[in-house]
Amino acid sequence: MSGFYTLFYKEILRFWRVAFQTVAAPVLTALLYLMIFSHALSRHVDVFPGVGYTAFLIPGLVMMSMLQNAFANTSSSLIQSKITGNIVFLLLPPLSHLEFFTAYVLAAVVRGLVVGVGVFAVTLWFDLPALSHPLWALAFAVLGCAVLATLGLIAGIWADKFDQLAAFQNFLIMPLTFLSGVFYSIHTLPPFWRGLSHANPVFYMIDGFRYGFFGQSDAPPLLSLAVVSGGLLVLMALALRLLRAGYKLRH
Amino acid sequence: MTIALDIQAVSKRFGALTALDQVSLSVEAGEFFALLGPNGAGKTTLISCMAGLSRPDSGHIRVMGHDVQHDYRAARRALGVVPQELVFDPFFTVRESLVFQSGYFGLKHNDNWIDEILHKLGLTSKANANMRALSGGMKRRVMVAQALVHRPPVIVLDEPTAGVDVELRQSLWVFIQELNRAGHTIVLTTHYLEEAETLCNRIAMLKAGRVIALEDKATLLGQGSARRDIMLRLDPPGLPPALEPLLLRREGSKVWLRLADIDQLGGVLAQVQAAGARVRDFEVVELDLEQVFVARMQGKEA
Repeated sequence: MSGFYTLFYKEILRFWRVAFQTVAAPVLTALLYLMIFSHALSRHVDVFPGVGYTAFLIPGLVMMSMLQNAFANTSSSLIQSKITGNIVFLLLPPLSHLEFFTAYVLAAVVRGLVVGVGVFAVTLWFDLPALSHPLWALAFAVLGCAVLATLGLIAGIWADKFDQLAAFQNFLIMPLTFLSGVFYSIHTLPPFWRGLSHANPVFYMIDGFRYGFFGQSDAPPLLSLAVVSGGLLVLMALALRLLRAGYKLRH
Repeated sequence: MTIALDIQAVSKRFGALTALDQVSLSVEAGEFFALLGPNGAGKTTLISCMAGLSRPDSGHIRVMGHDVQHDYRAARRALGVVPQELVFDPFFTVRESLVFQSGYFGLKHNDNWIDEILHKLGLTSKANANMRALSGGMKRRVMVAQALVHRPPVIVLDEPTAGVDVELRQSLWVFIQELNRAGHTIVLTTHYLEEAETLCNRIAMLKAGRVIALEDKATLLGQGSARRDIMLRLDPPGLPPALEPLLLRREGSKVWLRLADIDQLGGVLAQVQAAGARVRDFEVVELDLEQVFVARMQGKEA
């Protein structure tokens, strides 16, 4: 247990030491998105009935920032440790694969939530929506971060070089998050794109999180919860298998 | 005697390369053991297999009786490894690195021991410095400290003095010898053969993944046997014909002879005198590890 706790604490400290880059920067990025999109699109985009565009956009941006940072935390920590070689200090001690997994993923969830709170805090000046179902919002925040953190762990274990990781991030994570309904409600999309959005797991995270704010959503919240939880279980099983087998970590 | 390290028929291939080929050896608790061999002989791969960083294709390794795969937690607790590559975590200070390393081994209140190893390794003044700010030699000391945080009974050092200044080498060996006297088993690889010669009691030599020598240092250096090589400088320089069969080599007025037994020395000197020559210089040639090493690597006796 103490091995898990130490690794968890180390991972928290690692991003906190560079919080300007790991927390402040994504908060600023989200703020810029909010200012620009709410100014440019508020009169053109039709979202939920009775919900203004800026209010609609805020939970989407909060969730997108959380997800991207949860992914970034596990993946960048692992690839740095692998490339610099200091991962050896984690492979020599008697840490189990479960301890290793839980510590990395929980620390990334914490980073995601810290960034989420930060984005939330700077949007206080805007048209901040009231939370109608805070527990739903929290559940989607935690589960969504855990999914992306696990994906980041897998990507970090798989990638041998920074550019492989960047490819994973730019060609998979970015399109999935941008095309998930952060900036629009998918019910305004043509049927083909609407159908395709339903195949995007990130859509269910954003949509479910938004349900926690407005009590309305594009997909039924229970379906979203099932998709996100199911996705987490599948990725967890894969990540634990890779760790147990020592894939790319123990030769 | 407890077996600290038990390696049984370990083989490891990387693609077409056989890194380890049926390596078997065991190290008793309390030994100071050297693992020697040229680059690529398989020393680091063998250490990686002991530490669980690599998985052997076949064979078994036990550390203090614990199988490194099936009972990996107990095996890793019993083992402290100083890796060959100079690695560090740039996010943290020296003390933080050691506190984290203790934590990974499940140790919470380890400050007294951490203070002691910092002191012994001359790191006390650097305890709160960031790892990035340290020189190479200092980083190497921190790696030694990291391997010792959990007081492992078996300590493995993979070329700990490569690229390290004389002062650190001296102080490091004093400390390691102290640990050995306190009962820790030490396994060492080094390129400095004189280090192995002064420090170790037993030596294994590896070549192309195979053990080609596994002996007590004294046996390896021929210290137990009566055979001796001697050097004579004679005046006049000619060697009596009766002694020609003993001749190893000749260099100016110096000749080197091999005596199957030191008892022959009296007879040799008598024959020299009988031939009317005088001995101007005499030396018993001590075999050193380097000669033995080079000879064994070439597949000969030294």
